[in-house]
Amino acid sequence: MEKARPLWANPLQFVFACISYAVGLGNVWRFPYLCQMYGGGSFLVPYIIMLIVEGMPLLYLELAVGQRMRQGSIGAWRTISPYLSGVGVASVVVSFFLSMYYNVINAWAFWYLFHSFQDPLPWSVCPLNGNHTGYDEECEKASSTQYFWYRKTLNISPSLQENGGVQWEPALCLLLAWLVVYLCILRGTESTGKVVYFTASLPYCVLIIYLIRGLTLHGATNGLMYMFTPKMEQLANPKAWINAATQIFFSLGLGFGSLIAFASYNEPSSNCQKHAIIVSLINSFTSIFASIVTFSIYGFKATFNYENCLKKVSLLLTNTFDLEDGFLTASNLEQVKGYLASAYPSKYSEVFPHIKNCSLESELDTAVQGTGLAFIVYTEAIKNMEVSQLWSVLYFFMLLMLGIGSMLGNTAAILTPLTDSKIISSHLPKEAISGLVCLVNCAIGMVFTMEAGNYWFDIFNDYAATLSLLLIVLVETIAVCYVYGLRRFESDLKAMTGRAVSWYWKVMWAGVSPLLIVSLFVFYLSDYILTGTLKYQAWDASQGQLVTKDYPAYALAVIGLLVASSTMCIPLVALGTFVLHHLKRGDVASVA
Amino acid sequence: MLWLLFFLVTAIHAELCQPGAANAFKVRLSIRTALGDKAYAWDTNEEYLFKAMVAFSMRKVPNREATEISHVLLCNVTQRVSFWFVVTDPSKNHTLPAVEVQTAIRMNKNRINGAFFLNDQTLEFLKIPSTLAPPMDPSVPIWIIIFGVIFCIVIVAITLLILSGIRQRRRKNKEPSEVDDAEDKCENMNTIENGIPCDPLDMKGGHMNDAFMTEDERLTPL
Repeated sequence: MEKARPLWANPLQFVFACISYAVGLGNVWRFPYLCQMYGGGSFLVPYIIMLIVEGMPLLYLELAVGQRMRQGSIGAWRTISPYLSGVGVASVVVSFFLSMYYNVINAWAFWYLFHSFQDPLPWSVCPLNGNHTGYDEECEKASSTQYFWYRKTLNISPSLQENGGVQWEPALCLLLAWLVVYLCILRGTESTGKVVYFTASLPYCVLIIYLIRGLTLHGATNGLMYMFTPKMEQLANPKAWINAATQIFFSLGLGFGSLIAFASYNEPSSNCQKHAIIVSLINSFTSIFASIVTFSIYGFKATFNYENCLKKVSLLLTNTFDLEDGFLTASNLEQVKGYLASAYPSKYSEVFPHIKNCSLESELDTAVQGTGLAFIVYTEAIKNMEVSQLWSVLYFFMLLMLGIGSMLGNTAAILTPLTDSKIISSHLPKEAISGLVCLVNCAIGMVFTMEAGNYWFDIFNDYAATLSLLLIVLVETIAVCYVYGLRRFESDLKAMTGRAVSWYWKVMWAGVSPLLIVSLFVFYLSDYILTGTLKYQAWDASQGQLVTKDYPAYALAVIGLLVASSTMCIPLVALGTFVLHHLKRGDVASVA
Repeated sequence: MLWLLFFLVTAIHAELCQPGAANAFKVRLSIRTALGDKAYAWDTNEEYLFKAMVAFSMRKVPNREATEISHVLLCNVTQRVSFWFVVTDPSKNHTLPAVEVQTAIRMNKNRINGAFFLNDQTLEFLKIPSTLAPPMDPSVPIWIIIFGVIFCIVIVAITLLILSGIRQRRRKNKEPSEVDDAEDKCENMNTIENGIPCDPLDMKGGHMNDAFMTEDERLTPL
């Protein structure tokens, strides 16, 4: 008797699983950066257009394929065409790379979460130096939040070549992160279905709390006004459109096989069109919502730093000229500066080089993305809030929920093809397969806890998924439309769900989306080729800031290997199937 | 004559206490920053208290127990509030070495801060770095405790789930084998009873008579 395929307990679990997977850290730390760089409010125009033209059709396609084929990515693509099961294999390989490095972010979130239960927060004060006469030198040059991130959390080495050893503290946190992920995927959809209720909804609760807190912070409106004021000229910049397309593409998590895996556990009759539209809309709405929160936090931080800068200048002038304490305020600073310049020119010219030009604009202009935003900028803003421990705990808890939600999708993409395969699932129960996958990932993930680990993390983050995914989704779209046949797919969907497929989707699948992906692919390739040698940012402890360095040869080799190992799967498996097919035909012919 | 002496004394004093003089230290107070509205005005009484605190600090140094308030000289008081001070020896001709004054002030900085309701940032002795308070360092870092708690909870939960999964699988494996046993028994009985087949209807407990099955269809469905 065939074992029945496990199903989601109700369609809500499926929608929550997709939301939990799609709404991830990228919504929080990449979208606000893009919004700021490409024209603030006007970035929403290319973003929404790309959502309608690219995001929704491709998401619908993946969900429909999964629901129709009722198998993980490898099985699904094998059903579409045996030569194209390489697409599934490539998806699994990319998901494997992703889950390796993504869980390290959860480990860092755990680290910060555990350290949030102290007073004062450890990243708000610099540690003392050896003889307790002042603060640690590196901390003075950088800021206390940067010091805590680069020195205490990562203990980063000055360059990629200096590996250092495995740091036991991040290693422990990584182990815990993998145990938590294992706990959630242990029982398959049974356990995942319940966990996603929390991982999908709790981040919104925290975001709403943060929104209320953020909007009431002093200086938040500065950030909001500055960022959201549309700069219409950016609409003419092709980079804005390309980045909008890229963001939609990667934010939805297309091409990893997770969506196919989730949809394969669906009832065949569920309305995947509605689900696709809901999930993509919620994903984009969350991005915009998160950027409102982020910009109000930016505004608070910028205003705080600006006022601190003014205070420092006032203190300097008060001390040099022995003015009355409290005499200099923000409003009369310029007047007094002018008066002092004229009354005591020699003394003023001595102190002039040390007077910084405090500007709110330049504070707001610092655009940060990625781990820098999450772990440095946000923590800097949090340490200045009242009851900072509470805000810190809430924030890192939200990051954890977002990260674990995405990890559930990543591991589902790897596990579903493995549990579908009869060979493996007949020998091992699914708990053992999940355990093995988590163990292997955890062991390899220890590389990212070394002193140079963050540099390897950046390599994986930038190169493991980008090009390969574009190729995978392109082949997927072409496979469904032209190899399987758009008409056949349409009639399958109609038989399965009972609803006809509107002309809009067909036009998008067959024409517009593949063209978009090809243009993105060409752009990325040309970008890589034109930049020449690839560079990375290394932390220089003596200067207390990041410096740019070139990748060594072996790092470039690893990058090449990362990209090649996933993209080469497609042609290699196609070739393999072709050869096997001919061998079998040859055998049959010789037997006959 | 008295006036001459007075001028002489103040002149000597003036020489001893001068901005930048040897063994002289500059002090800076930021009373308004520290206390806001509750700031007190800096007058000669406060200066007297300051001299008393410095003398008190010096008295703690071995060999300097005889320091009096009059041995501490202040000069150049500005509206900042900042001023210079020196500590003289009992003969009032020489100033005490800077190193001794430094050590004395460092050891008693907390008392001096407390007397004026200020802290290390708002009462500064330039050239005397204050010993910063080391951060509170618990024997076991707090984060490990929380990590340990969550780690144990997760391990317990995983073990429970795995065990319940194994138990469920064992139960499922037993059930089909029990059903198979019953059918085997029935077939055995068939062979035992003289070739008359065991009536399978008795085993199942009830049988639907097809003639009455169509009762439901006589009633027109709504």
